[in-house]
Amino acid sequence: MDKDELIHLHVDVDLPYRWAAGRYGSIMLKALRDEKKILGNCCPQCNKVYVPPRVVCGPCFVAPDEVVELSDTGTLAGYSVVNYPFIDPETGQKRPVPYTYAYIQLDGCDSYLSHLIDETDPARLSPGMRVKAVFRSDADRVGRLQDILHFKIIE
Amino acid sequence: MSQRVGIIGFGQTYHRSRRDDVTGIELINEAVRSALEDAELTIKDIDAVVIGNMDHFEAVNYVDTWSVDGSGAWMKPLIKLTTGGTTGSTLGIAGYHHAASGLFDVVLVIGWEKNSESDTTGAIITCSDPIFDRFSFSGALPGLAVEASAYIKRYGITEEDAARVAVRDRTHGANNPYAQLQTPVTVEEVMKSPMLSWPIKLLDICPRSDGAAAVIFAGERKARQMCPQPAWVHSTAVRHSHAYFCDVNYEELHTLEGAVRELYDHVGIKEPLKELDVVELYQPYSFAGLKWIEAMGLCKPGESPRLIWDGATDMGGELPFNPSGGVICTNCIGATGLLRIGEAALQVMGRAAGRQVPDVNLALATGFGGAYWSDLMLLGRRPW
Ligand SMILES: [Zn+2]
Repeated sequence: MDKDELIHLHVDVDLPYRWAAGRYGSIMLKALRDEKKILGNCCPQCNKVYVPPRVVCGPCFVAPDEVVELSDTGTLAGYSVVNYPFIDPETGQKRPVPYTYAYIQLDGCDSYLSHLIDETDPARLSPGMRVKAVFRSDADRVGRLQDILHFKIIE
Repeated sequence: MSQRVGIIGFGQTYHRSRRDDVTGIELINEAVRSALEDAELTIKDIDAVVIGNMDHFEAVNYVDTWSVDGSGAWMKPLIKLTTGGTTGSTLGIAGYHHAASGLFDVVLVIGWEKNSESDTTGAIITCSDPIFDRFSFSGALPGLAVEASAYIKRYGITEEDAARVAVRDRTHGANNPYAQLQTPVTVEEVMKSPMLSWPIKLLDICPRSDGAAAVIFAGERKARQMCPQPAWVHSTAVRHSHAYFCDVNYEELHTLEGAVRELYDHVGIKEPLKELDVVELYQPYSFAGLKWIEAMGLCKPGESPRLIWDGATDMGGELPFNPSGGVICTNCIGATGLLRIGEAALQVMGRAAGRQVPDVNLALATGFGGAYWSDLMLLGRRPW
């Protein structure tokens, strides 16, 4: 068959979801919204501190039941400046680029937090840099990880 | 293990950025017919079928049932598996398990994807945690770029070192008539290609492809009856670690290190660079061709650029990587890991035509995906 005779269907899907943050996720997101605090939890067996806090430490398979408050400062572990366009499944729209996607090791924490950095020039970014959370205003915090607007470089 | 297992047939489609001429079912059927023809079997010889893809790319979430005519699984035992990027290697390992158990003698394994049917990055994002990972995650590219950024800083790796890896795979891809990208590129061209997600440029990264692969596994008795030179499965290893992307240790690829240690110990490999004959590495971007061969124990951490620039992993080198052109030339995601296994099998069977490495005794195929997960399958000319 000739190429221009082939038929395609274009369909945009709008499919609403409702995701539970769970017990530990809710503890963290509530503290973020109400107190601008970042909480993690600590595994009693390997002493690893996790963010986000979770129901189980995967390697030990025990409950990290001690909730700990983490610093709003940390170290940039790795990052990338995203330059290419794509559809954000959260909104159905193109996500604005460029933006900097980063893994941040908060002081007092062993795992990383995925978040954004407000610097998009790769020459001004380097692993090991110190960063600090910038929170949204009281009125704009609704209990989600984006209540932290982004992290900024502090050196 | 109840019986030893060999690969006795492999088929694949011609991989393209868009296969507008076929539906998913028709694409699957192309690969299945090609594998049956390769093994000189009919669908009646097949005892069970294992199929998979990453179903969020096509948004058909009932793939096993939906594709039953195309796959040939009509009225046969059938299972669908999907594990993200490792889907293809999971499928191969599951096919091996089916046959090795002795419950099934001849098992048809199918991996496929029509990446052109959705926004690849948008679809990949839906595999991340919706509460904590999704708003910042932007698909495979930055997830890999984060690893690269930490690695190049630690060992003083250059973007040119990575470009040389892409040049190798693109050069090899020119020998593979099935590959999506069959034009060689130069280091200069890689360096000048658009920066997509620092430090990854357009020519450092895999394309998105439409394509399918099918591999036929058989228990020892049937394998010997049906095939003059099966590719015998010697060992497999699987390491799936974290769920959140933010939990991954970007300094080391622990999953690959753990998997190769298990596999090398199991079969008695002490010097992989000398003892392996060819590797089909699930290498979605060029920097992985440096860092991950260190994780495989081919050299010390930070020393991989020397091996790459010396041509040790080129065709004709000490241990050729990706004679097919690898993932950088073709990436129909649910088929990608299975293509590594099928291509490794061709090398062992001596049927890789223009991309054949001479005298292959041991071929290693790898899978990669998820939050830095690793799968392995080692194939050999003689049964293990
Ligand atoms: Zn623990």
